[in-house]
Amino acid sequence: MSPEGLRFMDGYRDAVLIEKLAAQIHSLSRTPIRLMEVCGGHTAAIHKYGLKDFLPVTITLLSGPGCPVCVSSQKFVDQAIFLGGRRRVILATYGDLVRVPGSVSSLEKEKMRGADIRIVYSVLDAVKIAQRHPERQVVFLGIGFETTAPASAAAIVRAEEEKVDNFFLLSAHKIMPPALESLAGGDTRIDGFLAPGHVSAVTGTMIYRNLAHVYHRGVVVSGFEPADILQSVLLLVKQIESGHFQVENEYSRVVKKEGNPRAIAVMNGVFGLVDAEWRGLGTVRESGLAIKPELAHHDANVAFNIRVPDGQLPKGCICGDILTGRKIPSECPLFSVQCTPVNPIGACMVSSEGSCSVFYKYKT
Amino acid sequence: MHHGNGGVYMQKLIADVFMRFFTDALICNQSDSAIINPGKGKIAYTTDSFVIEPLFFPGGNIGSLAVCGTLNDLAVSGAKPEYMSVGFIIEEGFKISDLIKIVRSMAIEAKKAGTRIVTGDTKVVNAGKCDQLFINTSGIGALNEKHIPLSSGKLVKPGDKILLNGPPGEHGMAILQARKLFSFKTNIISDCTNLYPLVKQILNRSGQVHFMRDATRGGVATVANEIARKCNVGVEIDETCIPVNREVAALCELLGFDPLYIANEGKVVVVVDAMDAERTLNGMRRVKSGKNAAIIGEITAGHPGKAVLKTHSGGKRIIDELLGDQLPRIC
Repeated sequence: MSPEGLRFMDGYRDAVLIEKLAAQIHSLSRTPIRLMEVCGGHTAAIHKYGLKDFLPVTITLLSGPGCPVCVSSQKFVDQAIFLGGRRRVILATYGDLVRVPGSVSSLEKEKMRGADIRIVYSVLDAVKIAQRHPERQVVFLGIGFETTAPASAAAIVRAEEEKVDNFFLLSAHKIMPPALESLAGGDTRIDGFLAPGHVSAVTGTMIYRNLAHVYHRGVVVSGFEPADILQSVLLLVKQIESGHFQVENEYSRVVKKEGNPRAIAVMNGVFGLVDAEWRGLGTVRESGLAIKPELAHHDANVAFNIRVPDGQLPKGCICGDILTGRKIPSECPLFSVQCTPVNPIGACMVSSEGSCSVFYKYKT
Repeated sequence: MHHGNGGVYMQKLIADVFMRFFTDALICNQSDSAIINPGKGKIAYTTDSFVIEPLFFPGGNIGSLAVCGTLNDLAVSGAKPEYMSVGFIIEEGFKISDLIKIVRSMAIEAKKAGTRIVTGDTKVVNAGKCDQLFINTSGIGALNEKHIPLSSGKLVKPGDKILLNGPPGEHGMAILQARKLFSFKTNIISDCTNLYPLVKQILNRSGQVHFMRDATRGGVATVANEIARKCNVGVEIDETCIPVNREVAALCELLGFDPLYIANEGKVVVVVDAMDAERTLNGMRRVKSGKNAAIIGEITAGHPGKAVLKTHSGGKRIIDELLGDQLPRIC
């Protein structure tokens, strides 16, 4: 190993430890099981470290809907494009969303045509842009789950405190539990969940209790290093083989049972729950975060008269089935033929954490 | 704008800035062409253009980058850089004091390298018609014919070893830091440097160098894919052998970037016969820009056309082709 290796992560990537964990998984896993790794970060880590090579054939890993870009509806992208076409508007967004195709165009294409679309590293940068340009209207595209929603909420709070009246949020934020319970109660066979580590750092671990105690699925909150993921798989194998289901926290160095109360408070102070459309899942009740009425002056849905038709997903695209573990990317008729990372048709191929993008890169 | 019309102001700009630092006899003639005698044998000839934001960054500026980038294109082709041309497209309103710093850097780098800047050109454009300053260069180097295959890779074969002269990602992350997008600071400095002394050492040490490429935009990963595709061989890189800059690695982890894809301006990927690998490595480590050199992988007969990474954890994954700019992770 390189002598300059990062000390705080070396242990979690150590090949000897990985081999040991893999050996334990191999020795305990008897029953064929299907585990859903929910978070796009897990999808990417499993690919990045080649972890599927370490698992026995009895274990199938399914990618879940925890990719913020992948589950953003086509309508949301169309709404963003509509706003970007307004001359006074500056759109601010996180990374991969710019490449997601809407019904007709994408933010990336609109940017090339002259729309003022800026990628920011932090939502607070979008507030600063609004402060520097009082004559413009800055709309931040809020995607992501409980990990990113508190940051968007904090930006609204900052805008209120500093009277930044030209800052708006177009929220597509969602929360995880309703979607996971929808999957657990659906027709896709899922025996256990690797629960999203960074969502859990905010929410705490109790949000998954129904999965374990009502739906009788194994749940392990997992970190993102190779040892985290394999340890979590091992714990899930033990749960499922024993039939004793519970919520376990493998990522205890980051995740506390009670989560991050301050983050939860700021999120709950700004957002209320609404029904939300998830690509692949359809409408999931009370799974979306919408800005509360008293802060509606920062809500892009209220401040702008956004008119977009209901779009139709491209013919043949099965991103929905992939996001819910019903199918794998290679079963999509468009996969690697018409739909490639260079020319993505569905959101799952756009995001670096998208199942199709990862599958495309991983194939040998 | 007056500085661009060929008149008195232009002459003053040339005299006060360019001729102050570019002192080669040929460029001082200010004739339309520089008459040079490149000597017998083949020459290597390269051109490049430099557009960068910001113009000044830890470890250099657009000027030093322009000179080193040109020298390196020649060096990794096996050529000794001898002559350069420089062309400037300057936006109206650009600070003369900044131009002086940039031109001074270019003169210093060229002089250190023993390369003559023999001809140049200047244009000034309206505000908004270029982003502050663009620089174009070309370079000529003397080429020993035995080094011609270095660029083509036709000598690359399974069993060859792959060497890298230091930790990847320093230039790209220094640029990112210089854009002041984050509130935290790092000590990352661009690796922008003239690679010819290192290349000269490599070529002196080994008669079995089969390929060289500087790992600029797209990083080491892009070169790995180029070797695999161009030479129709498999490339295997061992992640545990890649030199690491701790701060670059930490910043990449934070943002979700892969250092293998980050731009470099002082890194060269070298493919040598296995028998010469250790000797070449020892030679590289004697030169400043190679002190952290390492053998990072090898060429294989398996998976031709593909580059594969053996990870820290022992698993394997494909090193993808870079499709677009890396974007910071969301959550």
